[in-house]
Amino acid sequence: MDFFEDWPDYFEVVINWSDRLLEGLWTTIQLTIFGGALAFVIAIVLGLLAGSSSLWLRGPARVIIEFFRGISLVVLLFLLLYVLPQLWMRNPDLPFEGLVRNTFLLAVIALGINYGAYGAEAVRASLTTVPKSQWEATTALSMSWPHKIRRVIFPQAWALMLPSLTNLWVHLLKGSAIAYIIPFVNDFTFELNNLRRPTDIWFSHAFIGLVVYFILALILTLFMQVLEARAKNKLGRGPSLREIFSPDPKTAPPDASLPDSPPDPKDMTGPGGGPKQPASGAGAQPGGIR
Amino acid sequence: MIEFVDVEKRFGDNIVLKDLNFQVTRGERVTLIGPSGSGKTTILRLVMTLEELTGGYIYIDGQPLTHENRDGKRVPVSKKQQKSLRTRIGMVFQQFNLFPNMTVLENIIEAPIHVLGRPKQDAVAKAHSLLEQVGLPDKANAHPTSLSGGQQQRVAIARALAMDPQILLLDEVTSALDPEVVGDVLGILREVADTTNVTMLIVTHEMGFARDVSHKVMMFDGGRVVEEGPPDKIFSNPSHERTQKFLSAVLGH
Repeated sequence: MDFFEDWPDYFEVVINWSDRLLEGLWTTIQLTIFGGALAFVIAIVLGLLAGSSSLWLRGPARVIIEFFRGISLVVLLFLLLYVLPQLWMRNPDLPFEGLVRNTFLLAVIALGINYGAYGAEAVRASLTTVPKSQWEATTALSMSWPHKIRRVIFPQAWALMLPSLTNLWVHLLKGSAIAYIIPFVNDFTFELNNLRRPTDIWFSHAFIGLVVYFILALILTLFMQVLEARAKNKLGRGPSLREIFSPDPKTAPPDASLPDSPPDPKDMTGPGGGPKQPASGAGAQPGGIR
Repeated sequence: MIEFVDVEKRFGDNIVLKDLNFQVTRGERVTLIGPSGSGKTTILRLVMTLEELTGGYIYIDGQPLTHENRDGKRVPVSKKQQKSLRTRIGMVFQQFNLFPNMTVLENIIEAPIHVLGRPKQDAVAKAHSLLEQVGLPDKANAHPTSLSGGQQQRVAIARALAMDPQILLLDEVTSALDPEVVGDVLGILREVADTTNVTMLIVTHEMGFARDVSHKVMMFDGGRVVEEGPPDKIFSNPSHERTQKFLSAVLGH
């Protein structure tokens, strides 16, 4: 077949294969979400340990980070899929055999620790950008270590680490394509390989694959940008989400829009009320958001 | 009460404080003056446990804060004891150090609720009365970054007082402020001094404030106490030549 002559046939194939393609898409989404969640947890734990002043915590964390950062994802998958089960083959009494045979779970773990090790660096680096004076203020208030981390230090580092975490998550999405080599994990790339046979590689991979992975990555990025805007607003930097999504941007000169523009109900509840709505802003503090 | 016994502080090879012995009794207000680099701020930071004490002992109400002398050996005290003593101490910083991820009210109630275990409604009520006291009753839900420097420092004072400290450490609290708001902040601290029995250890360049508020002034130079005495004596009739020079430099005559 040739795409430019037979393109209706190509899309008919896609429709015929749509069940399997959607299943593959769903598997890819699950790998991205579960792998991303595990990577996030690992990144936080390792990042906090790697930023610790105690050598006994920092040392092992660094070794783990460097090891899993350096090891290739394919090698890690092979270790988990083919080397790890050897332990159970030699010792049939070991528990959790079902987990070791769950290839989807192994794929999630491989993605989680590989990208978690990268994320740990982002977490550690952004924790160091929180000024020392903030740590001192927490000490002056006698906060315990978990308390100061959870309530003061981490929320400030959060806004800084989000762009790096967004990058890594998009990487993880695309890295999850390697799961097609795993038995019983039929992700989107696996199904693209099937689609390739009745069509051709240009259509399956370079067109359908490109568009779908691109859209998935775009959704992830937009979601993370919302989180970032929210985190920045909480630190008093940047507008609130309500202001960002407001159909009536605040960049308009305050006086110009006053006489003719009808009051926007969203603005009535907006923080600070905005300068052009003195009545609604009366209850809020002036200039609450800079 | 604060007691320094043979305190020594060094950063690497650099000795900042040496053989320092002094006492601050309960309710006493002591101002530390002296040229920059003389170790005044380090003293406050040692009391707040922000710096590691490299020699000697600091006692709070008779109990060792960081290290104790056990049969002639200097051993660290338990974290628990250090924490229980530290909750009696509050500090206001030069750069305010409010938490930008919290509102003004949240800044003030965070530690009383989660460190001292006070009921939330009590902490909130106290926070509002403190905001009243520092002249910011309508800023409870404001964001620290939306406040001016003077306002931020007043919130920081309220935050420190919300812990009901027995000892308040004031580290150059007006040095980062615009000249016209310095008076407001000092006025609030004067009122705290007049209406409470809190022990104050003050580092400041505001000699008028030091003179009005303190019971005792200690002149530092090179990590040692050059001269100490009641403010009237130190400011009007300093006996040490170093003090005379310093005062004439800062007072501009």
